[in-house]
Amino acid sequence: MRKFKEFVIEKLILLCGLASIFFVILIFLFLLKEGLALFKIESPLKFLFGKSWYPISEPPRLGILPLILGSLLVTAGAAVISVPIGVGCAVYIAEVAPLRIREVLKAGIELLAAIPSVVLGFIGMVTLVPLVKNMFHLPTGLTALSGSIMLAFMAMPTIVSIAEDALYSVPKTYKEGAFALGATHWQTIWRVMLPAASSGILAAVMLGIGRVIGETMAVMMITGNAAVIPRSILAPVRTLTATIAAEMGEAVVGSEHYFALFAIGIVLFVISFAINVTADLCLHKKQS
Amino acid sequence: MSHPHRTQNIAFFFLLLATLLIVVPVGLIVVIIVQKGLPAINGQFLLDIPRQGMRAGGIFPAIVGTVYLVTGAIIFALPIGLLAAIYLSEYSRENMLTRLIKLAIVNLAGVPSVVYGLFGLALFVVFFKFGASILSGSLTLGIMILPIIITASREALESVPSSFREVSLSLGASKWQTIRHIVLPNAIPGILTGTILGLGRAAGETAPILFTVAAFYLPRLPHSIFDQAMALPYHLYVISTQVPNVDEKTRYGTAFVLLALVLVMNIIAVVIRTKFRKKKKW
Amino acid sequence: MEIWSHEILSVIGPSNSGKTTFLRTLNRLSDLHTAFRMSGAVEMDKRDIREMDVEILRRKIGMVFALPLPLPLSIFENVAYGIRMQGVRNKHELEQRIEEALRQGYLWDEVKDRLDESAFKLSGGQQQRLCIARTLAVQPEVILFDEPCSGLDPVSTAKVEDAMVELKKKYTIVLVTNNVKQAARVGDKTAFFLSGELVELDKTDRIFTAPQDRRTDDYISGKFG
Repeated sequence: MRKFKEFVIEKLILLCGLASIFFVILIFLFLLKEGLALFKIESPLKFLFGKSWYPISEPPRLGILPLILGSLLVTAGAAVISVPIGVGCAVYIAEVAPLRIREVLKAGIELLAAIPSVVLGFIGMVTLVPLVKNMFHLPTGLTALSGSIMLAFMAMPTIVSIAEDALYSVPKTYKEGAFALGATHWQTIWRVMLPAASSGILAAVMLGIGRVIGETMAVMMITGNAAVIPRSILAPVRTLTATIAAEMGEAVVGSEHYFALFAIGIVLFVISFAINVTADLCLHKKQS
Repeated sequence: MSHPHRTQNIAFFFLLLATLLIVVPVGLIVVIIVQKGLPAINGQFLLDIPRQGMRAGGIFPAIVGTVYLVTGAIIFALPIGLLAAIYLSEYSRENMLTRLIKLAIVNLAGVPSVVYGLFGLALFVVFFKFGASILSGSLTLGIMILPIIITASREALESVPSSFREVSLSLGASKWQTIRHIVLPNAIPGILTGTILGLGRAAGETAPILFTVAAFYLPRLPHSIFDQAMALPYHLYVISTQVPNVDEKTRYGTAFVLLALVLVMNIIAVVIRTKFRKKKKW
Repeated sequence: MEIWSHEILSVIGPSNSGKTTFLRTLNRLSDLHTAFRMSGAVEMDKRDIREMDVEILRRKIGMVFALPLPLPLSIFENVAYGIRMQGVRNKHELEQRIEEALRQGYLWDEVKDRLDESAFKLSGGQQQRLCIARTLAVQPEVILFDEPCSGLDPVSTAKVEDAMVELKKKYTIVLVTNNVKQAARVGDKTAFFLSGELVELDKTDRIFTAPQDRRTDDYISGKFG
């Protein structure tokens, strides 16, 4: 009897072990199920490279190039800001900061990671947006730049914690060796620690960027939501994620618009999948 | 000779600057929200339904909705996540399958939250015909926090020394008895920490519930799990972008309640973690 | 090789000579390691241990580890653990068997008033005797000792050795030890392992007075190891 009970439990455990794989496949299948219907009507090329997104015009024009460019612009901006600051912070915490301050800083970073994105979006709206507007004398502060700054902020916890782990996992002997040769602390960090941790730091940067591309609420609240090809970083843009979030509520189930939003979902899923697999490979390379 | 040291001082200054550029704004955000949100908090705000198109009254239905959603998500995700963690820590061997499972977990953690919303819409709302309901939203959030629970639980299980397992087995206990009586009890604080972090994440997410559950304006409490519901993060989004002329105090108050909810959960998780680390006997 | 009931077989040899692996093969604890490969066969009462139910095998062959390893439970629950896992619920029977096991482990008088305290509050020697009592409580036929005194002072070591000699009357004992003198003190037979190979197995006094193999002689006289 007990043997039978344990047999059932162990099978259940195996089943749950496989659940993650099951859910990833399930997510992809359902995105495909709803999204691929679009390509009976619209060609994939026209969808990806079409220059205008007017989903409710007659007939609808469903080109997501402006949205892709919007996402790219905001993401690139966020990466430019967050990578140097994030990696710098990771180095400071892992190498320079005294032990007690280190704990405080880490708590601060964890705090940032815990703040819901809608709260950050709200704070961005009331503080950052007017600031950008006044600083550049713009008609509106809801711009790609505001989005980039806010998103950089949201990417930092990811970058800092993973880069920090990468630095910790550099063997102590490397550092001791460099010190023994008379290098200063900074020379050791710059010439020894950073190169040795490079694949982990690369993974940190990629996962940070992955977080930025997938971020929805904050970006929807502060980038202005103009689905046009962006002319400058000081213009309003709309990202892939924000488009789904803003329009799915109004799209009729089974309409072209509905299918197109799922097709955007496929694009996002594929991007995040690629980023995560590559980052994972980087992290594993570091271990071996 | 002073040259390398001057370089070092300059470099360390910039590193410090980078750190302050992150930490100071975080502090400012919290201070601003507490300073402007706290005065809005009173019994009426917390316990009344929204009135006059959300321009007055309270946020009680949103709080209740969020509690329902988070509870539902954890009921779904904790058993699956815990068993999956047990599989990874106690049963799996170093092979392709394990590698694949770990990759799937990483990917599940990386899927954009709005894509979870799409998935929940397609699977639960449309395919299973649950409609926009607490059930659909809970299941969507549950799948989203699954990787958090698996990862944290697995770490907790793996930190139980393997010698305990050997002792238990050598006394004639079966593998499952060993897990049930020795490994699990000693991993509970870590599992709890992961669960609470998952709760915090589920409570704060907006995008996955946009099309699976959230009611724009529903000034009553939900009747069943097949009912729509308001939720705090969505409510904050609505009153700060969709409804004109909402009192600033109401917005900050809602942001404060949401932030407080999430932070309290995180603080509890951290306290459990540190307490346990200090108490650890091995 | 053959191990007879009611005798103590000591296994000696330098570290990494395969003593502990040998011991862990006997109760199939080695199965836990993915890299473990086994050839040949171990039989108990003329049955191949790989064909026996592993839980029943481990109940028959108890093990005491190198370091005192109490489970993070109370003293009482540590001893009760193996019995409980067999499905014994009766409180009276539990208490009786625990007292008996603790007496056999020479620990009862020291802990009878503090059975509910955490086992980690005991001293190292007490913890190791608790581990012995815990093993006895399962009522095994064979007890494997894996360097049971490596972490203990001489007084505690003497107590553990006394216990072993006493236990011999009821159980069969396999003792792995780094301490050649300990093998000479308590072993009926002694086996010498080197680089994963059994070099010599004989009555203890023969091994120590007239070893057949030169390597055995070198090891026990301290030329290496």
